[in-house]
Amino acid sequence: MGEAHITVRNLTMAYGSFVLMRDLDFTVDRGDVFIIMGGSGCGKSTLLRHLIGLIQPAKGEIWYGDHNFTAAEPEEREAMLRRFGVLYQSGALWSSMTLAENIGLPLGEFTDLSPKEIREVASLKLALVGLKGFEDYFPSQISGGMQKRAGLARAMALDPEVLFFDEPSAGLDPISSHLLDQLILELRDSLGATVVVVTHELASIFAIGSNSVFLDPGTKTMIASGPPRELLAHHDDPRVQEFLRRGEKG
Amino acid sequence: MSSASVDTERAGATLHLRIGGSWDLEAGIPTLDSFAAELGKGPTDRVALVGDDLGAWDSSLLTYLVRLDALCAQSQLEVDRSGLPEGVRRLLALAEAVPERSGARGDAVDEPLLARIGPATLTSRDAGREMIAFVGEATLSFGRLFTGSARFRRSDLLVFIQQAGAEALPIVTLISFLVGLILAFVGAVQLQQFGASIYVADLVGIAMVREMGAMMTGIVMAGRTGAAYAAQLGSMKVTQEIDALRTMGIAPLDFLVLPRMIALAIMMPLLCLYADVVGILGGAAVGIGMLDLSPTAYYLQTNAAVTVGHLVGGIFKASVYGVLIALAGCLRGMQSGNSSSAVGEATTNAVVTSIVAIIVACGIFAVLFYVLGI
Ligand SMILES: Nc1ncnc2c1ncn2[C@@H]1O[C@H](COP(=O)(O)OP(=O)(O)OP(=O)(O)O)[C@@H](O)[C@H]1O
Ligand SMILES: [Mg+2]
Repeated sequence: MGEAHITVRNLTMAYGSFVLMRDLDFTVDRGDVFIIMGGSGCGKSTLLRHLIGLIQPAKGEIWYGDHNFTAAEPEEREAMLRRFGVLYQSGALWSSMTLAENIGLPLGEFTDLSPKEIREVASLKLALVGLKGFEDYFPSQISGGMQKRAGLARAMALDPEVLFFDEPSAGLDPISSHLLDQLILELRDSLGATVVVVTHELASIFAIGSNSVFLDPGTKTMIASGPPRELLAHHDDPRVQEFLRRGEKG
Repeated sequence: MSSASVDTERAGATLHLRIGGSWDLEAGIPTLDSFAAELGKGPTDRVALVGDDLGAWDSSLLTYLVRLDALCAQSQLEVDRSGLPEGVRRLLALAEAVPERSGARGDAVDEPLLARIGPATLTSRDAGREMIAFVGEATLSFGRLFTGSARFRRSDLLVFIQQAGAEALPIVTLISFLVGLILAFVGAVQLQQFGASIYVADLVGIAMVREMGAMMTGIVMAGRTGAAYAAQLGSMKVTQEIDALRTMGIAPLDFLVLPRMIALAIMMPLLCLYADVVGILGGAAVGIGMLDLSPTAYYLQTNAAVTVGHLVGGIFKASVYGVLIALAGCLRGMQSGNSSSAVGEATTNAVVTSIVAIIVACGIFAVLFYVLGI
């Protein structure tokens, strides 16, 4: 057992009076690649939005290390946010800026690097995701998969401590998606980052996941947690087995 | 192939339903009336579906069967589908596989008047609170501008200034020239009766400089720039770009709203000054072309009528209108929902809000200037 990095306590997620999930309780250890699994529409993206503070919990708390994120004062919260890198489901690049500017913006805001150095770092990050030479393209001039990769480059801009990915491999071909998995592991190892990933892809789940939680919309709570391989081998809930073994029969 | 047909055949308590012919959505979906009538004729506890004569079929058959199911469930009848083709059975099973989410279906029932007034009141109270909060945050953000801790890109500011300034010139020229022209026309008809045509210059000069210059520029900019701001921020919300700023610890208010507000607050007074001049030229065109006034006389008359106080008052109003337009546009954009139709709505709302705000502000200024004797 490593040291707890993210602790979710008794979390209830709701949109207005519509409760999506209740009683979520889990811990993400430092250096984990933590997978959030569950069927479409069950609230995975919503859980991610809670973890990065875009939505306040209806009930419960989220802790980073020994800091209470849910109850943090604005300044403390902002300092915590700065250590996050987020890749959104749609990429969410700033459309009025070139790729280099997208990556350079957080660098310019939070470091003392000169414009020239910022551009160098931006080029490096783009090269890491296979987009060397695309520095001066606008997001609208590249494909959806490329936008996703550029989004990843931006998420890594400040060498974050926690990386959040919402369906990173959606829209990527199998080879790129495999490379992305490798990249995620690489980042975890080189930055010592904790990684939280929302994904459906079984291949990714087993390739990179060191721990996971499974959300079930029927009971509106998590019905399983633990390393994906162990869930596959030992968990006896049919819903979990069906999810993890789909494609095996066909 | 014959068209869709449903024949009933009774065998004790079992009702056999022979489904035949070709089912086509374009030919319509048969009603359940005959089936319901047959049900009423005697005690039934089981419905068996027989599809031996079934030809081609599509969603019309499935829809019919789903309706039938609902009816049978109501009267607690057992439905035996085993006589239907495999494909039909599988599709029906698929449609039933995921149970309906409770609360997901919108309530179609009409609520009583009071029950609708309540939530509507609460919503508008929340909207009011949200608006005040936004204005407050924008003010704080403006404060950060002076302490130097507001974060936005200077290059963005320059782009907004260009868009709200130089690029707005053609439309502002057209509108204010015409407004000057119209004012002069309306005045000329009346003043000519008294042989006082020269006072057209006073009328146009004072009206343009005190009120119409600022107001018309404001309305043009509300439709042009305010709407654009709402659309820009709204679509940034749809694509999660605003979320991305927020999670990077960059305040969207500083980064997105502040430069837009500054751009309009700087450019509106300049545009207003320009509109004043063009409006007066429009008036002069009528005065000189139609009323046979000499250009010099018109100029001198205008010069005597318009005071520096009028000019400063008008320009001050214009910069307030500018801030109002930017605030309304940005507020509606930030409030926009997460879909393209919501962005459209946000744009409309932005224009309505800014025009209302301009008119209200204009009224307040009128009273204020009167009290202050300006
Ligand atoms: N802004 C919102 N207001 C109300 N309900 C919402 C809102 N956003 C999402 N929901 C509801 O919350 C549920 C979960 O949405 P979420 O986006 O978290 O699903 P997800 O698990 O990420 O699905 P997917 O795998 O398809 O991305 C959805 O069923 C949706 O109806
Ligand atoms: Mg999602």
